[in-house]
Amino acid sequence: MYLSIFNFSVVTEWLHNLLASFMAPWLVTTVECVLVGVGLLLAYALLALFYIYYERKLCAFIQCRLGPNRVGPMGVLQSFADMFKILIKELISLRHTDKFLFALAPYLVIIASMLSFAVLPWGKGLQIIDFNIGIFFLIAVSSIGVLGILLAGWSSNNKFTLIGAMRSGAQMVSYELSIGLSVLTMVAYAGTMSVTEICEAQSECWFIFSGHIPALIALVIYLIAGTAETNRGPFDLPEAESELTAGYHTEYSGIHFGFYYLAEYLNLFVVSGVATLLFFGGWMPLHVPGWEGFNDIMDYIPSIVWFLGKTFVVSAIIIWFKWTFPRLRIDQLLTLEWKYLLPINLFNLVLMVLVIIYGFHGPVVQVN
Amino acid sequence: MATLKDKIAQLFPEATFAEGEMLEINIPDAQLHSLAQTLHDDPELAFDFLVTIVGMDWKDKMGCIYYLTSTTHNTNIAVKVTTDDREKPMLHSVSDIWRIAEFFEREVYDFFGIIFIGNKDMRRLFLSIDWNGYPLRKDYDTNPELNPVSTESERQSDGTDMYIENAEGKVEKKHRNIFEKEDFVVNIGPQHPATHGVLRFRTAVDGETIKKIDVYMGYIHRGVEKLCEDLQYPQTLHFMDRLDYFSAHNYHHGLCLCIEKAAGIEVPARAQYIRVIMDELSRIASHCLFLGTFCMDLGATTMLFYTLRVREQILDIMDKTCGARMTFNYDVIGGVMADLDPDFVKDVKELLAVLPKNLKEYDTLFTGNVITKGRMEGVGVLSREDAINWAVTGPSGRASGWACDVRKTHPYSIYSQIDFEEAVATEGDSMARFKCRIKEIEESARIIEQLIDKIPEGDICAKVPKVLKLPVGHWWQLVEGCRGAFGVYIESDGSTKPYRLKIAPPCLPLAAVVDHITTGNKIADLITIGGSLDYIVPDMDR
Amino acid sequence: MEVTTKSMPYEAWKDNEYIEKLINELKENGTNVIVGSFDKLINWGRSNSIWPLTFATSCCGIEFVSLGAARFDMARFGWEVARASPRQADFMMVAGTIVNRMVPVFRRLYDQLAEPKYVIACGGCAISGGPFRKSYHVAKGIGDIVPVDVFVPGCPPRPEAMIYGIMQLSRKMKVERFFGGVNRQESKRRFLLEHPID
Repeated sequence: MYLSIFNFSVVTEWLHNLLASFMAPWLVTTVECVLVGVGLLLAYALLALFYIYYERKLCAFIQCRLGPNRVGPMGVLQSFADMFKILIKELISLRHTDKFLFALAPYLVIIASMLSFAVLPWGKGLQIIDFNIGIFFLIAVSSIGVLGILLAGWSSNNKFTLIGAMRSGAQMVSYELSIGLSVLTMVAYAGTMSVTEICEAQSECWFIFSGHIPALIALVIYLIAGTAETNRGPFDLPEAESELTAGYHTEYSGIHFGFYYLAEYLNLFVVSGVATLLFFGGWMPLHVPGWEGFNDIMDYIPSIVWFLGKTFVVSAIIIWFKWTFPRLRIDQLLTLEWKYLLPINLFNLVLMVLVIIYGFHGPVVQVN
Repeated sequence: MATLKDKIAQLFPEATFAEGEMLEINIPDAQLHSLAQTLHDDPELAFDFLVTIVGMDWKDKMGCIYYLTSTTHNTNIAVKVTTDDREKPMLHSVSDIWRIAEFFEREVYDFFGIIFIGNKDMRRLFLSIDWNGYPLRKDYDTNPELNPVSTESERQSDGTDMYIENAEGKVEKKHRNIFEKEDFVVNIGPQHPATHGVLRFRTAVDGETIKKIDVYMGYIHRGVEKLCEDLQYPQTLHFMDRLDYFSAHNYHHGLCLCIEKAAGIEVPARAQYIRVIMDELSRIASHCLFLGTFCMDLGATTMLFYTLRVREQILDIMDKTCGARMTFNYDVIGGVMADLDPDFVKDVKELLAVLPKNLKEYDTLFTGNVITKGRMEGVGVLSREDAINWAVTGPSGRASGWACDVRKTHPYSIYSQIDFEEAVATEGDSMARFKCRIKEIEESARIIEQLIDKIPEGDICAKVPKVLKLPVGHWWQLVEGCRGAFGVYIESDGSTKPYRLKIAPPCLPLAAVVDHITTGNKIADLITIGGSLDYIVPDMDR
Repeated sequence: MEVTTKSMPYEAWKDNEYIEKLINELKENGTNVIVGSFDKLINWGRSNSIWPLTFATSCCGIEFVSLGAARFDMARFGWEVARASPRQADFMMVAGTIVNRMVPVFRRLYDQLAEPKYVIACGGCAISGGPFRKSYHVAKGIGDIVPVDVFVPGCPPRPEAMIYGIMQLSRKMKVERFFGGVNRQESKRRFLLEHPID
């Protein structure tokens, strides 16, 4: 099995015991919560900055350009400079808007993506909470984001943002179905909703390999729906730059806009992370049944590297979509979901159940 | 021409005729509408294409010259109408016969204050409603204090006046609202990423569906025609670079041809070859940029960077010979300004070698895409009749099945000796407009291929007097710009400066037709349609 | 103090006297050590992250597009995040002629930009009206409408010139003070007081 030196739970347990040795239990919980919170915020900020840089470099590569390369070595500090700038930009307060909702909206968006972080399996033992309905929780909290977008569009008192918000509402409600169903397919396959158990179940072979055709179909649908969920091209209708200037966040400036900007990338990370979890084994290294030597070598790579690496590759695909494909029109967007993805998805679920019943699939480690 | 003249003389005994480049009919205003109707409807005449309306101020009287072309017989005719009233000049509208006349007449109203009876929309086209005076009149007061630059928001009006002749022949003023009261009007532009400059669409939408579009122009109206009246002929040339900056060479070519025709200057063969090659090179560069920006409007940004690569290569060639990347000012009266760069032929051949490969790349990257097809096929269909009626020329008109290429219909320079095909499609949708332009790039490359090895030796410029005076008279010249037929009208009073220089831009009809073809489509289709028509705002505003 | 940006040697800049004048102004007002280093950090961020507003009226705008393309690639300097909404942009490159009808719109766009905001007048038309100066419907330069930070001459300026212009803007940002003290925001405010919207 996986090497214990990379098991992060050793560290967390040590820390817990250390704190418990001289603190009251309630204080231990508080301190740990604060530590987790700070860690999460840090990881959040750093990841977002990294993603901004990553996308800019990647799209530059696709477009035969160089991308940022002047600020810091290879331009790595570019997104830090951007963040400093955004932090000090003026927050424009508008007349004739609902001030409270206007200010609340960006926080809702950021909270949604942050909550999803809680259940992502970063590495072995490196997970904030692990409970038996992890996946369900993830889907539930990630849908809060749409509220932020709807509120932003509504409270800005601007026609462009309103159209953007309406589009976003229609889009999110529709594609949530596809995400849910494709996740459900994989949950049915794994037989559990717990994030850790899903990871463990893939220790022999990732679901994408063992899950036969239905897993492949589910992956494709998940990627399409996931791209739509994150409002990225070709589904970036809510902020369609050439149609609605900046869509629902047209009126936001300064750090409020910064939140949307960051949340977009963080959502991208969450969507790719979930794809990694469900199809590519989460933090599980690449194991090929029977190749013992190969599997051992793979085990030497830390689990967090596996998770992040896989997530970045999935994100790269989504970024690639965005820069290459033209945008869909709103009616085409809804047609795609309701007339194609949803029926295929339902059919796929049945197919998956058949595969499970007849045992056509590859090795799945039964955790329980 | 004689039969044409006889026929009209029979029907309209009041008409007088003048022979020039084409038959010119002088007709009293009262007869104008029925003459126009006859010219348009009679199958033997069939003048269905209104090229432009030239507003004129001859000091003693004012009037308009209508340039008409028959798309079936390929004949041209000019109709001249005048009025003596300077206080409140009125003429009859022909906007019910040629739809595009609505906009042309608004332009004339804006510049000369001539009111058109029967035109449904008599707002100013380029200037604000509070503008004092009519700038192209000869007695216009240029005092800037009358019309100061103000940061105050412009007064807006949702309505328009229209003038109608009642049964007794009296003209009545009537007010009409542009939008209905319950319309949800979204203001797209003037500063908007997809309007390709500063064009403004007031769009009434029902959910995502467009009900009506009101096009607002004039956000980059620079008064080029008026400026030209104060400049000598060679000085007027440089404005052509700044109208449609992509067809700088073509527009220069047009104005030069018109002046050369008037002055009787023979252009050396070498200069003619160079001019044509430059025209076609800029057509390739222009269409390349179109492919890029159009795809970017649809959301596929990467395409822009691929197409701009070819454009940069062409700009390098231009840079070496003309010394600039954009405003070349290369064609001069009598020829071209400077001889070709020694590397020119080599560079152009390199370009021609990589071009097919690049076009193939664009095709695989974009055209075959499912989403692209869904966004473009069947979107913004413009029928052939409508294209002619709205005077939509260039690739956009040809995509509707109207073979309107000036290089074929009225060949100028050496185009009649060149073998090339006109890119015509029949679908009339955005995809056809897109494909037409790709085809045109191929054809332009073919033209250059034929000429590049045969550029004759000799002078690059004819002997032209230092101070150029044109004889009294007027001249009209059409050339094919990158976006359609570009017309120049020069009226000379015998001095060194033009008495009137009228520019008939191809982009004005392109913007005017937007309302007609977007109604009933989605907001996103407005971007597709606007992008596929490929208008350049400084060109339509002048 | 030698103010430079994007690892350009200080001697390579054309108008160092102007920047030196700004530095002296800054020095005269004195500075607090802690606040000063904060300022440095913030100015580093600001001067390295200049997002343009997608705003173009005519020819210069096309050169601005070329600036984004692979040949000149302004993404190298981090300027490629062109925002279509003025609320999120840092500077506007006034690329093209501003005519009478556009003036109110243009001024409103400027007012909509979030502070700190900058303006680059790009090309002859924006600087003085250019070839259209004598026209009845052209503003004779945008200097009377908004405070301009950098002028980039040319008709249109070559993309290299635009890069140089934006780099000069970035240099100017470096000699500003964000916390307290007098900086050029003052002169901007004065300008706006002198040129109110009627």
